[in-house]
Amino acid sequence: MRLQHQAIAGTTESSDIQIMIEPNVENEIAINLDSSVQFQFGKQIKQVIQDTLTKLGVTSANIKAIDRGALDCTVKARTLTAIYRAADVTDEIDWQVID
Amino acid sequence: MQRLRTTMMFLPGMNPAMLRDAGIYGADALMFDLEDAVSPAQKDAARFLVHEALRTLDYGSAETVVRINELETHGRQDIFAMVDAGAQVIRLPKTETPQDIIDVAQVISTAETRLGKPAGSTKMMAAIESAEGVLNAREIAKASDRLVGIALGAEDYVTNLQTKRYPDGQELAFGRAMILHAARAAGIDAIDTVYSDVENEAGFRAEVALIKELGFNGKSVINPRQIPIVKEIFAPTQVEIYQASRVIKGLEEAKAKGSGVISVDGKMVDKPIVERAQRVMQLAAASGLVKQGGNN
Repeated sequence: MRLQHQAIAGTTESSDIQIMIEPNVENEIAINLDSSVQFQFGKQIKQVIQDTLTKLGVTSANIKAIDRGALDCTVKARTLTAIYRAADVTDEIDWQVID
Repeated sequence: MQRLRTTMMFLPGMNPAMLRDAGIYGADALMFDLEDAVSPAQKDAARFLVHEALRTLDYGSAETVVRINELETHGRQDIFAMVDAGAQVIRLPKTETPQDIIDVAQVISTAETRLGKPAGSTKMMAAIESAEGVLNAREIAKASDRLVGIALGAEDYVTNLQTKRYPDGQELAFGRAMILHAARAAGIDAIDTVYSDVENEAGFRAEVALIKELGFNGKSVINPRQIPIVKEIFAPTQVEIYQASRVIKGLEEAKAKGSGVISVDGKMVDKPIVERAQRVMQLAAASGLVKQGGNN
């Protein structure tokens, strides 16, 4: 999936994560994470973001994530939302690819 | 045995903390809201969030219900996402005609086929929120085999009636009676509307007692604090439990003998009494007054 522009999803409220995504001119994935649980779960959160990008075939993106203790399912949901918004895909989502 | 829907807790689909904690309060059903509780700009985000929550989190024995948007707006996408996630029930808002049910049931069938889900596995509920819907309640309740219940949505309903909600609930009397009779005629559940004034416990108690007397299966709740109150009011008394347990014992004895005639203390007991006894024992178990599947 090709990102067209910058997009944002999620909030900075407790138990949520805000994901900001944009195309990366360096043609690589760069994830910048700010988390209240960085030490314990930072690696895991980045892995969930990376796995979600991989599932949707996104190979180039800059991501800034502000985490406030989100569960993995919330991290994935917010990443999905940001990707689809950045790619301007609003309907006919292939749910089985996401699973 | 029929599923209990004494409490159905509303959860805004955009709130990760509430979706995370929803399973711990003991609600019989959890209703994830993609409609009124979500702003138009966040419909996609809520859909992804509820999809991932349903696929990942353990909600125990609670029934998972998702209130979708109308088909003309985001409803079709909501249905595909929720069928994929394994939501047990799709709840249609603002149902006015049987055709509304047929249209949604058709999209659910398409989604089940495309997503490889067993045909007919996704159930439906309909919220009736207007005079037109109330007057069509009977046909709505019988419009699809997928329907497991109909519910009154009072806020939109009273606005449509050009009134507002009053403490005694007289403005809802006709709507409640219609929905209850339509549900019973169709053999499905009737769920009452929310009580929005969370701080007014006395008012809430009075309303729950009223809808229990009327015959509703349960109440929609908007705050976990309302759940134990509904369970307490719906819980059967010790005398009711004792009498029901004797009927169940009579039923078991009749089955063991291969007899179709059930008797308690030498008196024959007919089918409606057995059904009521089964429901009493189910409510008693749900309220923690007896062990699941056991006697008192």
